[in-house]
Amino acid sequence: MGGYGDVQLLNDDGSRLDGRKLDEIRPVTIEAGILPAAEGSAMVTHGLNVAVAAVYGPMEAHPRKIQRQDRAVIDVRYNMAPFSTSDRIRPGFNRRSREISKVTAEALESVVLVERYPRSKIRVEIEILAAEAGTRCVGITAASVALADAGIPMRDMIVGVASGKIEDTVVLDLDKAEDNYGQADLPVGILPNTGEIAFLQMDGDLSLEEYNLAMEYNFKAAKEIHEIMVDALRRRYDGGEA
Amino acid sequence: MGRRLGGFGEKRMSQGQTGAEQRLVTPGMVIGPSAGKRAGSGIVTAEESMIATQLGWLREQNNTVSIDPINAAYMPRSGDLVVATVAEVRNNLWFMNINGAFQGLLPMSLAPWKVEFGAARQHMDVGNVVLARVQEVDECHNVVLTMKGVGLRRLNQGTVESIPVQHIDRVRGDNNALLQRMREACDCRIMVGENGRVWIDGDADGIAWARMALQMVAEYGHSKAFETILSEMEQTTKGDA
Repeated sequence: MGGYGDVQLLNDDGSRLDGRKLDEIRPVTIEAGILPAAEGSAMVTHGLNVAVAAVYGPMEAHPRKIQRQDRAVIDVRYNMAPFSTSDRIRPGFNRRSREISKVTAEALESVVLVERYPRSKIRVEIEILAAEAGTRCVGITAASVALADAGIPMRDMIVGVASGKIEDTVVLDLDKAEDNYGQADLPVGILPNTGEIAFLQMDGDLSLEEYNLAMEYNFKAAKEIHEIMVDALRRRYDGGEA
Repeated sequence: MGRRLGGFGEKRMSQGQTGAEQRLVTPGMVIGPSAGKRAGSGIVTAEESMIATQLGWLREQNNTVSIDPINAAYMPRSGDLVVATVAEVRNNLWFMNINGAFQGLLPMSLAPWKVEFGAARQHMDVGNVVLARVQEVDECHNVVLTMKGVGLRRLNQGTVESIPVQHIDRVRGDNNALLQRMREACDCRIMVGENGRVWIDGDADGIAWARMALQMVAEYGHSKAFETILSEMEQTTKGDA
């Protein structure tokens, strides 16, 4: 038994409490182009997580001191709605939202062809309406679909996925209890077509074997979620299935 | 390899109505080997493969593979006619919002009036709308506008509507045929800027009719030809708008 106290996270037969297999993701649905005022937008539900992302721009970067002469800057604002968790969250920026905004912006800058729009700014707003676990991954997936919807040129779309360790067992896509009482969490931003990693964070300890297995799970999940992302864009503009 | 088939207006019909070779691509999608083909707009080559960088319809023409984007930002080019809004006023110039990634700069020397230094605001203030032409775009994307030219002026009346930049050619039609048809249908003066802003002037019913038609372009332009939208709109009387 690992983690905190005696919280049981796996059934006696080795399956997870919500019935998922070790390498199974929660149900994911994605809808593109949901906000008429934004250049591009998307809503992602991933398990009980609900994230909405909106993209505005490229636009003139203000204040001018943030302008880069050779490329665009990506201004990401990640925010959790006060009602997104059972405990009310105080509205406004906090340390966590600043950190997630920063890593998301850096991940997106690695795929967006920012050199096409020097001195400009692309604003990405990510609002978490309901949080279960893995909101930064859901947010980055939503932002990626919204950027594609806005017609922003990108090398690839980023898929946010996470795996972790509970009761000394590596599992994919941690839910709330697994995230809170598990031993490790490994959120990753993956470029599904090239297999590159745009961001990687780790909370807790994993051995090399566990890390490799967790990444194998992550890449498998990234392919699945990427298909759902593409399908969402096709449904929006092509009227058909992928 | 996807190939755009059919005539104007047919190309973006959805659900395979104009042939199975229509292909919607998403960023990062591998389109095929790059050997023997040239990468056009919206395509990059990597490791001998062509990769899409934008969401849009794949097109192959003259051995060049490119993407007709579904959404795209306005990229100003020299000579473009734009409907611009004054965003900032300085002593000797105006910064204009041209609906793009970069603001345009209108120096007082390129304004149609004789402007004294410090008196720019007396001629145009923030929020005013003008018809201008892009004089120059340098390598740093500095955009200089001019209002010296036939027809370039401040737009004191009418209204401005926005349409997606990629639908401008479709709204105009061949030799502005569709635009002229729209002008006659609503009895309004209509100017379509290359930056996706459309100036409409006429009576209230006509303006409402034209705005509704343009809003339908923004909403359904990716799946419906503008001619079809116009025909549907013409069924409705101006007063219904």
